[in-house]
Amino acid sequence: MNRYLRRKLLNGIFVGITSLFTAIAVGALVLILASLIINGFSGLHSTIFTMDQPPPGEMGGLRNALVGSLIMCLAAMVVSVVIGILAGTWLAEYGDNNRLAGVVRFLNDVLLSAPSILVGLFVYEIMVRPFGGFSAYAGAVALAFLATPVVTRTTEDILRLQPGALREAGQALGAGKGLVIRSIIWKASSTGLVTGGLLGFARISGETAPLLFTSLGNPFLSLKLSQPMASLPTTIFQFALSAYDDWRALAWVGAMIIAVAVLTTNIIGRALARGSHK
Amino acid sequence: MNFEEAATEQPTVMVAPEAGERVLDVKGLDFFYGKNKALHAVDLPVARNRITALIGPSGCGKSTLLRTLNRIYDLYPGQKAEGEIRFEGENVLGKMDPALLRARIGMVFQRPTPFPMSIYENIAFGVRLQRKVAKSEMDEIVERSLTRAALWDEVKNKLNQSGLGLSGGQQQRLCVARGIAVEPEILLLDEPASALDPLSTAKLETALLELKDSLTIVIVTHNLQQAARISDYTGFMLMGRMVEFRPSSDAFVKPETQAMRDYVTGRYG
Repeated sequence: MNRYLRRKLLNGIFVGITSLFTAIAVGALVLILASLIINGFSGLHSTIFTMDQPPPGEMGGLRNALVGSLIMCLAAMVVSVVIGILAGTWLAEYGDNNRLAGVVRFLNDVLLSAPSILVGLFVYEIMVRPFGGFSAYAGAVALAFLATPVVTRTTEDILRLQPGALREAGQALGAGKGLVIRSIIWKASSTGLVTGGLLGFARISGETAPLLFTSLGNPFLSLKLSQPMASLPTTIFQFALSAYDDWRALAWVGAMIIAVAVLTTNIIGRALARGSHK
Repeated sequence: MNFEEAATEQPTVMVAPEAGERVLDVKGLDFFYGKNKALHAVDLPVARNRITALIGPSGCGKSTLLRTLNRIYDLYPGQKAEGEIRFEGENVLGKMDPALLRARIGMVFQRPTPFPMSIYENIAFGVRLQRKVAKSEMDEIVERSLTRAALWDEVKNKLNQSGLGLSGGQQQRLCVARGIAVEPEILLLDEPASALDPLSTAKLETALLELKDSLTIVIVTHNLQQAARISDYTGFMLMGRMVEFRPSSDAFVKPETQAMRDYVTGRYG
């Protein structure tokens, strides 16, 4: 066999193997989404959004869990966006040649990949035990711990994409560095900053472990942040492990809702990011 | 004789404007990027209401020299300048507040840098940094600045649209308008036409020629025709040194140093 044919054959084998494994990865994702949608849709009915979780064998919905998740995620995002954008800005704009910035960046990366159950336990120790009870506050704090590093990291990356000439141009007019960052650099990065927030939101909206130790769950609709609060992931956890068919059907619906929400948020975030890089 | 020898061994050929005409006077300027010395005892006399062009091969230090004049290099730790830059009796490298200095010495960069805001706000931004201005006065400043930058007719009906929507040439003239709106005494331009097509370049040059009635211009350019067309004085730099500084009318016709002769006739680079 001559060298040309041999190279062609080897190339074909290599392409074949990579394609096969890509197909396996994509196939797994398709199976997960398909089973979510098939099982989720069959349990979907009008009371999902209007009724709270039922006792076994009765009609009901997921209203308390949906509302609880929204409240805790939004509260967490308010904290994460403020801290994350300011910290990311400091890293990108003031953190060059600075040893402290290197340490902060490293710790942020560690936190970015920290197991979420550890974050749950940590918040349990600092909030739930001392204050004597599970609460939505503690849940939101745990989620904020998870979302903040995502926002910090995206913010730093996005700000670094802005050309140095833009910063020079602002200061060349006599503006201070802080003003240039606030009125020029942030503005130029606005879609990217929104993307960071959306990615952080997507990161926390399906988290279960940290909430089990903090907000616990609540079979009733509650708007009190100082009390235990229901959330979609913990309700799914509880219902999916139950012995009742109708609870398990609700768990499928909840899982589908989270999956669709995370998917949509991710797609919007990515579309915005792509649009802003043109 | 090779170029390096030409740069290091010969004294600068200097035909400078009278001391009284100089608005800015650079004397014995050394510049360091960390440990690398990029400028060696450079002199640059800048005549008031004239256009001074800095030319030379890439890496010769002309942009570095320009960036010391408004101390924009200050943004980067590790860069430092030593020597003297006299600006109306004061040393720019001394205790001058850089923000105030930069309000008096404006700068336009190689790539257009419109701010992510409307055309109107791009110009109002710098003006508001210095003083409170009534809406009617701001309208006048915006119109006057855009007119002087030869852009008014093209944008007068879309002042509220984003500056990012303009063409490259228009963006660059917007940056010129933004720079002169704060009424600086000097405007520095760092290869402002290198990203522009010939028509846009011509419009920019026209604007610069009209501007010199009211301010002083220092321009770095790779385009020798451009330097010859618009400048009154030309400084030729090589290896971080000022090799020849003369009125442009003489400099391009009969360069005195072998190095500049080679450069302008295209025998170098």
